[in-house]
This record gives sequence, C-alpha cells and structure tokens, in this order.
Amino acid sequence: MILEVRNGSFGYAKNVPVLKDICFSLTSGQIVAVLGPNGSGKTTLLRAALGSLKWQNGGSFLDGKSIRSIPTREFFSHVAYVPQARNGSLPFTVLETVLLGRTGQLDVFSAPKKEDVALAEEVLQELGISHLAAKRCSELSGGELQLVLIARALAQKPSLLILDEPESNLDFKNQLIVLDTISKLKEKGIGCLFNTHYPAHALQRADKALLLSPGGSYLFGQTQQIVTEENLRTYFGVEAAIRRLQTDHGEVLDVVPVCVLSENHGI
Amino acid sequence: MKLTTKVGRLPAYWHIILTLLPLAAGLVCLAIGEYPVSVRDILISVRDKLTGQQTLPTFTEAAIWKIRMPEILMALIVGAGLSAAGCAFQSLFANPLATPDTVGVASGASFGAALAILLGAGMVMRQAISLVMGLAAVLLTWLASAKKRRSISTIVLAGIMIGSLFNALVTLVKYAADPENQLPAITYWLMGNLKGASYRSLLFGAPPVIFGLVVLYLLRWRMNLLPLSEDESYASGVSIRALRFITVLLATLITAACVSMCGQVGWVGLLIPHMCRMLFGSNHLSVLPASVGLGAFFMVLVDTLARCCFLPVSVLTAIVGAPFFILLMRKGRGWQL
Repeated sequence: MILEVRNGSFGYAKNVPVLKDICFSLTSGQIVAVLGPNGSGKTTLLRAALGSLKWQNGGSFLDGKSIRSIPTREFFSHVAYVPQARNGSLPFTVLETVLLGRTGQLDVFSAPKKEDVALAEEVLQELGISHLAAKRCSELSGGELQLVLIARALAQKPSLLILDEPESNLDFKNQLIVLDTISKLKEKGIGCLFNTHYPAHALQRADKALLLSPGGSYLFGQTQQIVTEENLRTYFGVEAAIRRLQTDHGEVLDVVPVCVLSENHGI
Repeated sequence: MKLTTKVGRLPAYWHIILTLLPLAAGLVCLAIGEYPVSVRDILISVRDKLTGQQTLPTFTEAAIWKIRMPEILMALIVGAGLSAAGCAFQSLFANPLATPDTVGVASGASFGAALAILLGAGMVMRQAISLVMGLAAVLLTWLASAKKRRSISTIVLAGIMIGSLFNALVTLVKYAADPENQLPAITYWLMGNLKGASYRSLLFGAPPVIFGLVVLYLLRWRMNLLPLSEDESYASGVSIRALRFITVLLATLITAACVSMCGQVGWVGLLIPHMCRMLFGSNHLSVLPASVGLGAFFMVLVDTLARCCFLPVSVLTAIVGAPFFILLMRKGRGWQL
C-alpha cells in the first residue's frame, strides 16, 4: 500500500502558502520522518495528507487513487492517525478507548462485538500494555497514553500509520519505547510516518525524511541525505554536529545542536 | 467497585433492574394521591380491563385510568426523555454543565407555549406551537453559530444568545397577557407541571420522545465519539459532523416534546446523567440506558411526591435534586467528561 502526496499546496489565508508543491510518499514497511522548525506546517501537512484539510492544489493518493474518490470509512481502514496526546480528553478506560478505534468499521447502530474486543486485547498485548486495560485514560502517564493512542489506531487494522509528534513531551525511556514500537510496526509491514522535533530520531529510525521550512520549501529523500549538517543549518538555522557513537549495543547516529546561527543564514 | 463489564456494557441484571424499577414505581405510585387506592385495587382494575368486567366503583376506576395513569405515563416518558437528552448534550459539549437549554430548546419551547396561551389556542395547538418553537430555536442557534466553521464554543455562545432572546420574548408575552386569566396560566405552565396530563396530550407529545430515545439508544456506542476533539474523531473514519447534527436534532426533539407537554422541568436532565456517570463511567453503552431508566424512576417518584404536597413538580426536582446531587458529588470521586 502506498500513500502519496502529489504537488500538494495549502495555506490558511489566501496567498500565504504554508505548504508549496509538496511531493512525498509513504509505503508499507517503511518509516518516514517529517522534520521542520515550529510553524513550518508539520501538523498541517498530516491533516492535509489525510484529507481533514483540503489541498488547494494537488492531492493525496492511496495506491494511485485520489483519496477524494475513496469513501472515508474505507480510507481509514487502510490508514490510521494518531493525534498528539493530550491528557484529560478521554473519559474512558483503556480498553474502551482502543475499541473506539473499531467504530469506523462498525455499522452505525452497532456496538463492538466479541471479535472487536478480542482484536483490541490482541493489540494491547502486542504493545505490551495489557495490564492497563481496565485503567481510566485520565490516570495514565504520558508514555502510557501515547501507547494507548497507538493501540487505538492499530485497532483499525491499518497498513499505514500517521503519527503526530508521538514522542514529544515524553521522558528518555518512554521516547525509546514509542520509537521501538514504531520500528516493530515496520517489521510487521506497517508503514509509519511521524512528525518529530528530533533530527536524531529521524536518523536512527526513518528510511526517508521530509524536511520542511516555514517558507514552504522542502526536501524529501533518503534520511541520511536529508538530515545533514548542511541542511540543519539552512532549515533550522542551527549549527549541529552529526556523529557516529560506538556503544555496547552497536553504532548509533546522534545529532548534537551546537549553536544558533545569525538570522541571514536561514532561508 | 465496578458496575459495568470490561467493555463498559451494563450486565444483564442491571438492564432488568433499570426496566423494572420505573415500572414498579409507576404501579405503586398509581395508588398514591389525594384519593387513596390500594395496590390490590389497581391489580383488580387491570384484570377488569383485560376481562371487560367492572367490579370496582366507577370513581376508583376513573382515578386510576383517567387521572393518574396518564400522569404517570407522562412522568415516565418525560423523565426518561429529559435525562437522555441531558446525557447527549453533556457529551456533545464535553461539559458537565450542559443542559437542553444550552442550545436554547427549552426557552424556545416555553415561548411557543406562552404565545399559544396568549392567543387562546387549545391544548394540542399549544403543544404543536411549543414543539415547533423549540426546534426553531435550535435551528437559529445552529445557523447563528457559524458562517464557515462551526465549533462547540460557537454553538454554546450562539445558544446562550438565542436562549436569552427567547426568554425576553416570553417576558414580552407575559407583559402583553391579560393579568386576570392568561398571565397566571402562563406562569403556572412555565413552572413545569404534569397535572394536566391526558391521553390526548400524550398522543401528540410521546411519539417524538420515544422516537428520539430509540434512535439515541441505537447510536449509543457511536455517541462515545462526541466528547473527542475534532482531530481525534476525524481519524476514526466516522463523520463527526453528521453525528453531532443528528444528536442535537434528536436531543432537541425530545426536549421540545417534553417541554411542550409539561413545561420546564429542570434538574432531571442535569442530575440523572451525572449520577449515572458517577456510577457507571462515561461509556454510553451503560450511561444512556441507565439515564433512561433512572430518569423515568426519579420523575415518577418526584411527581408523586409533588402530587401529595400540591406543589409544581419542578420545584420539587430542585428541592430533592440539589441536596442529593451535592451529597453524591462530595461522597464520590467526582465525575469525568
């Protein structure tokens, strides 16, 4: 399965484009990271790619078919979305929340059936959070809530998963748990696209990277060719060092921000 | 203690309790009032009706079937309807303070009824005008709430504006009304009262309530999407706008029909769904049926109490409701929405 955006342009106000002529794609079994400074339109990009915002030009295509021609219900049985985790918005238990992910596949007047419950429990098991099933979402930590939201999206049985800053606001360990989950999903053949503020996470996990600038220009390609010291300088206005670290668990790429460049270096 | 199954459904025995409780209360309450009738007489009378005999005095028969029966039926329907509508509005606005009047329904329906009394319309006509005005108020709220994009807060704001507009119109009607007959009639009606219940008013008012309740009940799982943010609900693949619109429409229909039958009976729509949330959690698989059952039960009890004390029922819903609610709030771990 492949989700493509072809020549997508979008702006909230007339003549002020946020995204200009963007082309990229996400394939099953692939990880794509979206990077860019605050205000460069990362979340906007996801919303437009999924059709909740309307492209002014160009469009999104699933397996070559414009998503406008695919019924919403069918589209979201292939593609699932994990919004930014905000605590307090869900008044349900974890199992109930995950079951909500099944709603789109159910008939209008039906409630989840046994198969749905079994599926939800399986997803919880897969993500290693079965023990949370009966807990209320409002009682979860940030990391747990993020995994629950991923579980809810997985309950839709998608081939592609779109995540909005899944590891923001999480501590070290929870960031790793979320990233490992994404890598695991890739192994299972699910394509994952995620927004992130961490270039290192893109380098460590993603096959491809999309780099956005606030002016609307962008770069898309193999991660190692996109996340470079040079590009971080132009797109973020930051002098950063990319280094290989030898650890007991193998080699790891890391990005260390060094200093902010003066204004005229930016584009 | 957890009262629901792991997916948030009510266990079978709760369904039985919630069905039998209001019916049993209704049966017992048939016996209570100014003219006491024993429960045994009621059962005899039911048998008589089925077999076509008449063994009880005509007066007893009339008290049971002509006066109390319609009143109790109306209490059951209005109680179930108002608390289900309240439950829907609270989820829709993701706010525990939302009531049917948040979108102006009750104000609109009240204006309709007051206007009908002023014009000297008959009972059925009054109900019809009231129902139409309730729906019109919500339509106005819906139209006023957005030019391009509609959000929950613009709906609430528009609802407050339209609500106060209709309240002003009610005052205007009262001001214009003849102070000898019409003004007391309007005031008395606005208080909320089930006293005037008849089969004729039920015939007109009950079907919209029952229709609304049935559809809301069928939608109960889907209603769980209502309190979610736009972003979250979009990704479920369900059209959240359509769901919101249908919920508003159904809850409005129910409320307007209830107000058109018996005036503004406050508190039920706020108190009962809250109580159910505290007991059963926020899943509509359990909260909605529980609200319907307990709403009907509560209303029958309070109405009977009102009948015995010769008070308008809305006064009692508040007098009984407020302390009970405060007690629950302080005792429990609060509610969530």
